[in-house]
This record gives sequence, structure tokens and C-alpha cells, in this order.
Amino acid sequence: MRLTAALHERFVIWALRVRPPEPAPIVLSQRRVYVLPTRAGLGYAAALVVMLIGAINYNLSLGHVLTFLLAGLGVVAILHTFRNLVRLKVSPGRTPAVFAGEQAVFHIVLQSDSDRHALRLWLPGGEHAVVDIAAGEAADVCLRLPAARRGWLALPRIGLETTYPLGLIRAWAYAAPEGRCLVYPRPAAKAPPLPWTAGDAGSERSGGMGRDDFAGLRGHQLADPPRHVAWKTAARQGEDAPLQTKQFAGAATTRLWLDWEALPGADIEARLSVLTRWALDAHAAGFDWGLRLPGKSIDPASGPAHLQAALTALALHGQNQA
Amino acid sequence: MAKTKLKQSPLATAQIWWLLATGVIVLVPLAPHAPPWLTAVAALALLWRGALAWWRQPLPARWLLILLVFAGCGAVTVQFRTLFGQNPGVALLILFMALKQLEARAARDGLAIVLLAYFLALAQFFYSQAIPAAIATAAAVLVATATLLSLADHRPSPPALLRQAGTMLLQALPFMLLLFVLFPRVQGPLWGLPKDANSGLTGMSDSMAPGAISQLSQSDAIAFRVRFSGPEPTRQQLYWRGPVLSEFDGRVWRASRELPRQQLPYAEPATGGIDYEVTLEAHGKPWLFALELPGQLPAEALATPDFQVLAKAPVISRQRYALHSYPALHAGLDEPTAVRQQALSLPEGSNRRIRALAASWRAAATSDEDVLRQAEAFFLRQHLLYTLSPPLLGEQTADEFLFDTRQGFCEHFANAFVVAMRAAGVPARVVTGYQGGEINPVDGYLTVRQYDAHAWTEVWLPDRGWLRIDPTAISAPTRIDFNLAAAVPAGDPLPLLMRVDLAWLNDMRFRWDAVTNTWNQWVLGYNPERQRDLLRRLGMPQPDWRAMTAVLAVLCGIALLTLTAWTLRNRRRPDPAVAQWQELSRRLGRRGLARRPTEGPFDYGERIAAALPDIATEMRAITTLFCQLRYGKEGENRSRLIVELRRRVASFRP
Repeated sequence: MRLTAALHERFVIWALRVRPPEPAPIVLSQRRVYVLPTRAGLGYAAALVVMLIGAINYNLSLGHVLTFLLAGLGVVAILHTFRNLVRLKVSPGRTPAVFAGEQAVFHIVLQSDSDRHALRLWLPGGEHAVVDIAAGEAADVCLRLPAARRGWLALPRIGLETTYPLGLIRAWAYAAPEGRCLVYPRPAAKAPPLPWTAGDAGSERSGGMGRDDFAGLRGHQLADPPRHVAWKTAARQGEDAPLQTKQFAGAATTRLWLDWEALPGADIEARLSVLTRWALDAHAAGFDWGLRLPGKSIDPASGPAHLQAALTALALHGQNQA
Repeated sequence: MAKTKLKQSPLATAQIWWLLATGVIVLVPLAPHAPPWLTAVAALALLWRGALAWWRQPLPARWLLILLVFAGCGAVTVQFRTLFGQNPGVALLILFMALKQLEARAARDGLAIVLLAYFLALAQFFYSQAIPAAIATAAAVLVATATLLSLADHRPSPPALLRQAGTMLLQALPFMLLLFVLFPRVQGPLWGLPKDANSGLTGMSDSMAPGAISQLSQSDAIAFRVRFSGPEPTRQQLYWRGPVLSEFDGRVWRASRELPRQQLPYAEPATGGIDYEVTLEAHGKPWLFALELPGQLPAEALATPDFQVLAKAPVISRQRYALHSYPALHAGLDEPTAVRQQALSLPEGSNRRIRALAASWRAAATSDEDVLRQAEAFFLRQHLLYTLSPPLLGEQTADEFLFDTRQGFCEHFANAFVVAMRAAGVPARVVTGYQGGEINPVDGYLTVRQYDAHAWTEVWLPDRGWLRIDPTAISAPTRIDFNLAAAVPAGDPLPLLMRVDLAWLNDMRFRWDAVTNTWNQWVLGYNPERQRDLLRRLGMPQPDWRAMTAVLAVLCGIALLTLTAWTLRNRRRPDPAVAQWQELSRRLGRRGLARRPTEGPFDYGERIAAALPDIATEMRAITTLFCQLRYGKEGENRSRLIVELRRRVASFRP
């Protein structure tokens, strides 16, 4: 089994003929489309052999005719199946980023000058998709692949195959278009509260940090600046009552720093995971927030582009950025 | 390569209907040949499946189907006493086809049904290979192939699937033709044929009792066809020799049991032969009919001492052989005494009246030839009536025919004449076969049908050998000069094809017959021999299997390449306007002024107009024309504009 898998891998590399990734669009030329009978095709061939023997034994001239016609049909099926795949144009499409643990969705764009039917695409280890294309049109096929680890997930080689129209013959080809999916770290399920830094942290920038108007109370978190603890309330309620933190609404949104150094522990991935969760929470709450990673810092801001920049930095932390 | 599983998804309703249609179209032509109970079971199974599909009910339980399969196999065994052989095999295929319908859940089961359908289409040829059977099979194959297509994609409409199946089958035709002509043929059978193969063939038998031949005369089935390479012989020469009967038990004539030999017992004359080729229909007996008397044996044939040509095995498939015959030849001058003795034997005490008559001839005669003259004269005087419905005869058939009923068919005449000759001491025997035939004006073949079956006699005279005497011709010369219909009295039941009053029907019949004959000769009769002949005529010097395989491979390769090129060619022809525009750019490209990929037509036109001021006007005109064609409204003057564009581009000299 090992050996066949290895041989198969060698074959695929040879069959691709080009060192992946290939420049888009990839045109499946005649030379890289392979054709073999399917199991059904082998059954069909076996049936034809039996029919031929019967025709010879009983001197059935029309039996010969029928057998030869069906043999011709088999040959024609090879052509039709081959034509259903050959000269297909394959290009990589948009590939949205996902979080680790989710399914990466690779979009593949197939273009064709002629009608194509029941093309099956698959990724090694991924699921497959079936698509029809009308002449002159393009089809966008989504191929899903589990994204286990953060960083770039390269689009593996795609297998394309078809047994259309008779199911007797399979034509297949491999393509390795350039495509990669950015995988953000998996957001931690349980994260410490957002790391509100000491008040002077906010004084570096004037205005909008959110210390101006008292907005309300919330449960105290360890990282809350001591100045914001509602001591009066605590004194009023007694020793056993939980501490509360005063919240202020500024003219602008609240600002905070998500700092690598603020997180204890040695596990890089766990830290990144928590940072990701914070970034998502901060973004969801509409705060202004910044990110500090070893060797990289993103100034506080808000908005989707900011989130994306931060998540990208988190995803690629410690990795070759290429 | 990923592991491809056969589709396990359940069959769509459209696919179920396709499978049912396939079942029906292959089972209907087989219904007359299958046991009635099996036809009923198959019909019920198909109806059941149809009902389940209609009301969307689940398929029957597997144990029930297994039970049905075993019960069906048991019934087939009981019916045929075996599970092997042609008829039980076909019965089993029918059973499986019917029950598989009730078990078809996924595409894989559908494929099994389609393959079964192809087998059953082949099985139809056990019973008939005529043109109608071929057409029925073609329809079955078309539907089965459309079903196979529907298993891959059931969404297209039935006509679309049928059209696609038809296209693919048409594309398969060249391969079929090449394989048919060039695939090295092997003469079957490869192993012993089951005993039930080719049952129920009609034809001449090796014995003759009164009424045997008149039975055949009701059949218009074709016995054989003949093509003469020279001029046709006269009708009086058309005696097709079959079984020679010289043993007589008082009622039934039988062939003598002499062993056949490798050679004819007489020498071939130097001149005067008639060349012809016989295509003999299967009749299940070994005789090969030959015009009297053949000069040499066809390949793989034997001869009996009484000049009969036999095949080495019974003729169970249509067979072709070439012969030379010599109508004037009289053989057997030095016939051994034992043979003459046998040709004189009569059972004791039979046909006393003829014996008495014969004794009187003998007494008055000086030679055997004289006896013969007297016998012929007597037959003529008796005013015997040639009829298809003679009265029944008792024990003394010859006596009763000759003196009492005086009505009979050719076997009665031959029987009475030989009995009379033997009684008079002249060696004589009955010869059966066919007499006459009909020339088809369409293809020139002589067609001999079962109703041309005939019996005549042979008399041995010293110094002359065996002499053919046809006692029927004495009383009813029209039988020989014209045919059966002319000879028998009006009102006798004639086979349909002999009724002469339907001229247009006859014309149709001749045409259809010629088509059938061509079909038989070239499609059904395409055997190893004919294959070698054809290939030699097509210029292949040594058509053995190696040469055939080589040529076949080359031609199939060429066909494949042609078909590939044809299917892969760009089916969308570029817009003629675009083609002209590209041509323009190509020519300007020689001067380094090719269109840039991102350049629109107006920009390009202006660039060229600026670069080549002397042709600026022409370039602008072409650009306008092109834009009008490419981006303007679809108009009726489009073709006129294209012509103008083509003219302008052609005369454009940058």
C-alpha cells in the first residue's frame, strides 16, 4: 500500500509535467489528460468478449455486427470522455481566509469553449465537487479542505476527472494552480478579559480614549486599571461583593493594546489563539485597539481592514511571510 | 487517481423508466421464442416495477427476489431439462433481466441491466438474422445506449438522450465496418453446439412416402439461391439433385446406406459445363443440391456412389459453394452388378397389377430401351392428373395411383414409374430434389423455393448409363416448362407467392428478395472464405490473420485519429469580422504595427492612421466597418457588410 502510494505520487508529479505551482490559466492539454476504463468499462469489455465468442460459436454474422458496433461505441466513448476534459482552462479563484479548525474554501474557476458535463474535481484529502459548464461560460467550483494550522495553506494539486457520457471510461488530469488560503489562528475558546492597560497608556494619545464620561459599571477583570475600580461601590457593598469597574464613554471609542508580552505562558500557539480571540472581541465591541507582537506592532485603530491586518500578522507570526 | 466509486446514489425516476423501456424493447422480440410462462413472469415483473415507480413504493425485499431467482432457475431446468445450452441460456437471461429490474437501486444495477440488454439483443439472432430482426435489434441497442447515457446524466429529455446515443452509435459505425470486414473470421462452432441449436429447419428428407413432397410444396421458404456465371440453363435442365432413393419397402423410399467417398464416381467431361454458385439455406441435413450432374466436388464435400453431393456435417447455417455441372452427362456406364441388382428389388407381392403390366411390356420388348418407351407411352395414355391434393392411397400405392385414382403429385408419379420399371427388369431409382426456380430480375439470382421440390426417376440402360426420366413431365409438361402453378388444376391451394395475378406484389417480392439476398450474401454469409476472397479482390495478396490484424490496426488508428481531430476541432468558428480584423493586424504587424492586446479598435485605427497617413482614410473606413459589424445592431445587411470588409481588407496595402 505504501509502495503504491509512493508510486502514485511519483506518477502525479510526472503527470503534472510542470513544477507546481503552474501559471494561470492552466489549459489541460491533450498530453496531460489520461484515459483508462472504469470498473464498469472493464465489465463492458468482458461482456463484449463473451458476446464475440457466442457470435463465433453460433456463426451469428449479426452477432459479429452487434459486438463490433458496441466495441466501436467503446472507442467513441473514449473520445467523448477525453473531449469532455481536454482543453479545459483552470484558474485559481478568490480564496477567503479562514480560522484554523474551519474548512478552507478554494474557489477554482473553470472556463470552457464547449459544453462540459459532470466534471468531478477533488483535492487530496478534501471533498469533491461536480460541475457542468456551458459552452463559452465559466464555472466557479468550491473545493473545501480542512485548515488545521494557522499560516498559509497552499492549494494542493487538483484532480479533475470525468466519466461522462457512458461511465465506461475515466479521463483525468492533475492541475496545480497557484493558490493559497490564509489561515488565522484558532480563536481561543476561553480567553482572559481584554487587557485594558494602565491609564497612562491611553494618555499617549489625546482624546477618545474613553475616560471622560462615566458610562456605567461592569464586572471587574484583573487587567482593569485600579483607578477605574468603583471603590465607592465596593465599600458600600462590603468585602464579599465582587469588584466593579467603572466604564467611561469617550468621544471616540475605547482604546486598548493587545500585547503578546501581557500573556503569560510559553505556548506560542495558545498565546496567538488568545490574541485572536481578543482581536475579534475588540473588533466586535467596536473598540480602538492595537496589537503588539514580537517584532511587529500595529497601531490602535478599528474597522475590518485593521482586523484583517492584525489577524494576518497573527496568522503569519513567526513564519516566512512569503 | 482518486478511488472512484460507482455511483451509489439511488436511481432517479427518469432512469427507472429508461431501464424499463430497455427491458421491454429487448424482451418483446424474444417473447415468441421463450416459454409462455417465462414471458408472463417477465411481463409481470416489468409491470410490477413500473407500478412501484409510479406510486413511488419501495422495491420488494431482497429475500423475496432471491426466492424468485431460485424458483425461476428451477422452472427453467424443469422446462429444458438443463440449465446449459442456447434456449435455457436465453431463458435465464430473460429471467435475470426481469428480476434485476425489481432489484435496481443504484447506477451499478442499471449498468447490469444495460449489459443484459446487449446480451439479449444478441440472443435475438439465434432465432432470426433477417433484416427486420436487425432493425429491431438496432432500435433495442439505441434505447439501451440512451439508458446507459441516462445513468451518467438523467437530466436531458428522452429525445435528447436518444439523439446523443444515435450520434455516438453513428460514430461507432466506421469501427464496426472495419472490424466486420477485417477482423479475422473464425469458422464456428468453437465447441460442440448444443443439441437444440438450429431446431425446426424445413427441407428435403432422406425418405419419400406419398405426400412428403406435396407438404413441402405448400411452403414458399427459400431452399437456395443460385448465381450463374454464364448464360442460364433452360428450364428443362434445372434439375437440382438431392437425395437419391433406391430402397423401397412397398410404401416408403429410402436412400441407400452406401458410404460417401472423397471423389465423384465418374470423370469430369472436358467441355460443356455450366458454372454457378449456390447459396444454400440451412436445412439441417447434409445434402448439397447440385445441377445434374456436377463435374467435381466443392471443397469439404463428399460424393455418394449414386452421384449425390454431401457436406461433411449437416448444413446448419447458410452455406455457399461453387460448382460446374454438365447437363448432358450420363454417368454410371459400368455400374457394378450389385448396384443394378439393388435397383431392381421390389418387395414380394406388392403392386400386382403393375407387375402384370410390366411383364407384358417385357414380353413384347427386345431391349430395356424398348420397355422404357412402352412405359412412357402407357403413362401418357393413362391421362394422369397432376394435383396438389391427391386422394389418399392405401397399401398398394403405385397400383392405386396408376389404375384407380390417377391423380397425384410428383412423388406418386416417380413412385409408380420406378416400381413399373423395376417390375419390368429395368434398374431404376427415385431422385428427389428441386426442379426449376425463379430468376429474380432485380439481381439476376435464381431463387429455388421449397415449393419447387420435386421427385423424378433415373433408369439404367446398358451402354447409356443412368438416364433421367421425369414421369411428371410426361403427364404434366407444364410443371417443368413453367412451374407448379401452371401445372396444377385451378382451385388447388397454392402458396401465396405462386399466385401470378398480383403483378405489383410480385414486383415488390422480387425487390425485397434481392435485398434479402444481398443481405444474406454479404452480411450474414460473410465467412472466413468470403473474407479472404474480398480482401484478395481489394488487393491484399496474402490475407491471413496477421495481415488482417495489421491492416485492421492501421485503419482503426486512422479512423480514431480522424474522429479525434473532428471532435477536437474548435467548434466555434471565429466571427468573420474578427477574422478579418486579425488578418489586418497580422499584415500591419509585418511593419511593426500589430495591434496591442489591450488596444480597442478605434485606438488602433487612429494609431495606424497617424503612423501611415497615406492610408489613413482607408484604415478609418475599415475600422468603422469593423465596429459596425462587431458592436452595431444585428441587421439584415450584415452579410453585405462582411463582404465589403473582406474586400477592403484584401485590397489593403500597408
